[in-house]
Amino acid sequence: MRLVVDLNRCQGYAQCAFLAHDVFTMHGDEALLYNPQADAGQREQLRRAAAACPVQAILVEGLDETAGAHPAHGEEASRGR
Amino acid sequence: MDGDRQLEWLRREGRIVIVGASLAGLRAAETLREEGFAGSLTLIGDEPYEPYDRPPLSKQVLLGKAAADRTALPRRRDPDAQWRLGVAATGLDMAARRVQLADGDEVAYDRLLIATGVRPRPWPNQSEAELDGVFVLRTRDEAARLHSRLAQGPRRVLVIGAGFTGSEIASACRERGIAVTVAERAAAPLVGALGGVIGDVAAQMQREQGVDLRCGVMVTSLEGDSAGRVRSAHLSDGAAVEADIVVVSLGATRNTEWLARSGLGAGPRGIACDAGCRAFDIRGIVTDDVFVAGDVARSPHPLFGYQFLSLEHWGNAVSQAEIAAHNMVSAGADRRPHMWVPAFWSSQFGVNIKSVGVPSMGEEILISQGALAERRFTGVYGYQGRVIGAVTFDNARWLPFYQRQIESTAPFPPPFPTLDMRSDGQRPLPADFPDPSVPTHGPTVTLGGYSPADRRMVFTPGR
Repeated sequence: MRLVVDLNRCQGYAQCAFLAHDVFTMHGDEALLYNPQADAGQREQLRRAAAACPVQAILVEGLDETAGAHPAHGEEASRGR
Repeated sequence: MDGDRQLEWLRREGRIVIVGASLAGLRAAETLREEGFAGSLTLIGDEPYEPYDRPPLSKQVLLGKAAADRTALPRRRDPDAQWRLGVAATGLDMAARRVQLADGDEVAYDRLLIATGVRPRPWPNQSEAELDGVFVLRTRDEAARLHSRLAQGPRRVLVIGAGFTGSEIASACRERGIAVTVAERAAAPLVGALGGVIGDVAAQMQREQGVDLRCGVMVTSLEGDSAGRVRSAHLSDGAAVEADIVVVSLGATRNTEWLARSGLGAGPRGIACDAGCRAFDIRGIVTDDVFVAGDVARSPHPLFGYQFLSLEHWGNAVSQAEIAAHNMVSAGADRRPHMWVPAFWSSQFGVNIKSVGVPSMGEEILISQGALAERRFTGVYGYQGRVIGAVTFDNARWLPFYQRQIESTAPFPPPFPTLDMRSDGQRPLPADFPDPSVPTHGPTVTLGGYSPADRRMVFTPGR
């Protein structure tokens, strides 16, 4: 699953690093590092992390293959490919 | 055919071609489909890869925390496009509305979006640039090669240029325990984008982390061994640096050569366009079927005196692509201006650096929160009595507030006391930007006049 974080929006709340620590890590106090391609086994963690981001900065492709309408990025559609 | 019917036809069965298959190209393609464009869509890219994200290449990829071939960008939706990857566009015939490709093919369009971005400025001496171990960092392949060489444990890396990319590379090297020398022509790192006050902080940060930082010097030549591997560099102060990897990080140049004879207003400083992303032709007349987005575009910003801004910013590429795509399939009255407030980030030496507005326009800077010595602060830039930009080091949550200050042309210095204001915040200091008439490695924001065909912007190694 591909993902990207809009680091202009990111304000280092670290919810993602808490909820999906295999994908997101804090680097220093505020900077975020993430793995841009997560394994399918991390889907549930990623879904929680994207939903919990207070500034909705995380866009994940193929997060919820069945929902279609409003998965990742909060308000943004991510229908997979 | 009147305008409305023509637009309806375009939206239903027109042909849109996007040249440039990176962040801006992809987001534009997705937006066109979201806007209901049902015609044919072609994306042309000179790299063989589908669109990928670049910021991780100088950060987690060099740290070995993500692989260079795994930064492909997520899709917001299927752009339902024909992809022509691995083939560069070589020419544009505006009268016939055709794009020429390197493989001899031609692609016809009704609307064209140019998003060809920038490429790194190469080391000016070609035979030295070809030495084994000399790198630039822009593409996924370059990041993969540099990462693999760093993993072999070089004795020393020399980074030429201490802008954001150069500083991030130096940071990754130190984190991997690799000895690194940074050579910068200006008096400090990051001065082109953030000025000397912040540059001093960046310099201290690098030295504390063990970077051998040399400022106010030029690299005059690179030297290889008999096997053609780079071995050392000579500096303008007479010193020599032994290094087995050299990363040339001297800023970027815009990919516009393929447009040289097209009649489009394209030059080394980018392609000028109006606030609605419509490109100007060489006469300065706006076109109605050629649009521009991303790093290669230069457009006037009402908030900054209608100066033409050329921004190598991730968020600008996304926002401008969305506006361009919307305007490509919209009638005049429904078109929107691109009025994104410039913003960028960097992370280096464990510090999160973020900025909004146009700091390089700033005459003065006030540390409104935190303290420079703690590497945790907010700096506000003032220009003619108003707030024009802000930078934070590990203080990003304040930026949205300062963005609103910039948008509302709030007075500078701020007339209110701020939370966590220290002695640094009592009075503004000169922001200390270098004299713009003296060339540097190039700031990430360049401001310029009206002549896109002007060829005077040439990188000149100093004396």
